[in-house]
Amino acid sequence: MKPAAFDYVRADSAEAACELLARHGEQARILAGGQSLMAVLNMRLAQPEMLIDISRSVSLARIEIRDGYLQVGASATQAELEWREGLARELPLLQLAFPHISHFQIRNRGTVCGSIAHADPSAELPLCLLALKGSVVLRRGTRQRLLPADQFFTGMLSTARAPDELLEAVRFPLARPGQGFGFREFSRRHGDFAVCAVAAIADAQGLRVAVGGVADRPMVREWPLLEGSALDDALNEFAWALDARDDPQISAASRRHLVRRLGRQAVAEALQARNSK
Amino acid sequence: MNHDILGRQQLYPVTIEVNGRSRRGHSTTRMLLSDYLRHELGLTGTHVGCEHGVCGACTVQLDGVACRSCLTLAVQADGRRVDTVESLAGEGGVLSELQAAFKRHHALQCGFCTAGILMSSTDWLQRLRQQGRKPSEQDVRDMLSGHLCRCTGYAPIVKALMEVADA
Ligand SMILES: Cc1cc2nc3c(=O)[nH]c(=O)nc-3n(C[C@H](O)[C@H](O)[C@H](O)COP(=O)(O)OP(=O)(O)OC[C@H]3O[C@@H](n4cnc5c(N)ncnc54)[C@H](O)[C@@H]3O)c2cc1C
Ligand code: FES
Ligand code: FES
Repeated sequence: MKPAAFDYVRADSAEAACELLARHGEQARILAGGQSLMAVLNMRLAQPEMLIDISRSVSLARIEIRDGYLQVGASATQAELEWREGLARELPLLQLAFPHISHFQIRNRGTVCGSIAHADPSAELPLCLLALKGSVVLRRGTRQRLLPADQFFTGMLSTARAPDELLEAVRFPLARPGQGFGFREFSRRHGDFAVCAVAAIADAQGLRVAVGGVADRPMVREWPLLEGSALDDALNEFAWALDARDDPQISAASRRHLVRRLGRQAVAEALQARNSK
Repeated sequence: MNHDILGRQQLYPVTIEVNGRSRRGHSTTRMLLSDYLRHELGLTGTHVGCEHGVCGACTVQLDGVACRSCLTLAVQADGRRVDTVESLAGEGGVLSELQAAFKRHHALQCGFCTAGILMSSTDWLQRLRQQGRKPSEQDVRDMLSGHLCRCTGYAPIVKALMEVADA
């Protein structure tokens, strides 16, 4: 199908995008990589009055290391981050997750921020941002606010971003010495959205485990360094707390099973990565 | 700040360097790049299947990077470079290395998916080559997950790609 008609404007900076958002507010939508939005428009599930295209903004495409985190600008593509030299050292969790995010051809255009703004409960990047205790930079006019990931995701495809705010950048805290990372996903075909995905981080203090694809948003738990049946019990409690639902793809019981199974594997991978350092 | 807002009713000139030649056509804001290439420029080698990014038939290269032309607006490509499957063969229709391997291995039947697969694979193989990396068969299959082929069963496609990757 073809999209309904809209006005189109290019914004080459955060200032320009914010000005347009201020003027056109809820009628307008930011067009980043278009890998979710264009499909939605083609199927006419949305019919915005205006598209504000930030995909060619050079100033918004920056990926840079700051004080202990990697900041990714709104128009930087997933491929630009994925093919970045040093990613394996800086953000091993993302390196594990990228091959699961859609397909090579989609990552070439899809942006990191676009995936986080879209907030699909099955998407890998929101899950990783939450697992890593990352944050988002939201901008209205000249005012910025910084929000931690756990306050940003508020439900199925919904976030704390106001309609006239730009998600200007996201911040992923860099891997620290002594941390190990694990990632596991189950999907119907390679590159499909996750039926269940688990990210695990282990350090000397304990475990941090995040699950995507089950609840209406990614969810996270922190535990001391549990082992054996104590870990099984904790994962089981987490699986039930996610309030899985039956859907045509898979039953709630199978989803809980996946949380326990993939959770075990991701934690084992994280512990092993930590010990082999 | 002055913004150049393109209204929905009008036609706008769109100039793209297509397969090494500057081509000019007209487009509304909502026209997809896939439709622009096929209907405005008559380049029907780019195929259209699902129009939501899943099947891969419409894959072209935008500034050298493989992407879905059905998820890109024609106005977004204005002033940029687009390469389609028509760019692959050389003078006198001599097949590219990859095209020749597809022919040798019978990696196509109806050919609907082929243009997209060729455009993805050329970008991907080139990038790996630049990094001095050789893909495994699993890597090839992962890359191909972005393309649906309903005829060949993929085995000959994987063979053709592995042959070129190993060359
Ligand atoms: C075939 C296919 C398979 C896919 N599989 C997966 C998968 O397995 N896992 C996965 O995570 N994703 C998957 N995706 C989605 C893909 O990763 C998208 O690229 C991503 O979710 C959205 O990024 P984008 O840059 O394309 O955003 P767009 O599509 O441009 O925008 C998405 C939404 O976010 C808003 N938005 C974007 N950027 C901003 C911003 N800076 N500020 C405010 N609002 C903004 C837009 O207005 C829109 O509502 C798939 C897509 C396709 C087509
Ligand atoms: S037509 Fe573009 S991906 Fe199917
Ligand atoms: S050759 Fe027919 S769809 Fe691939």
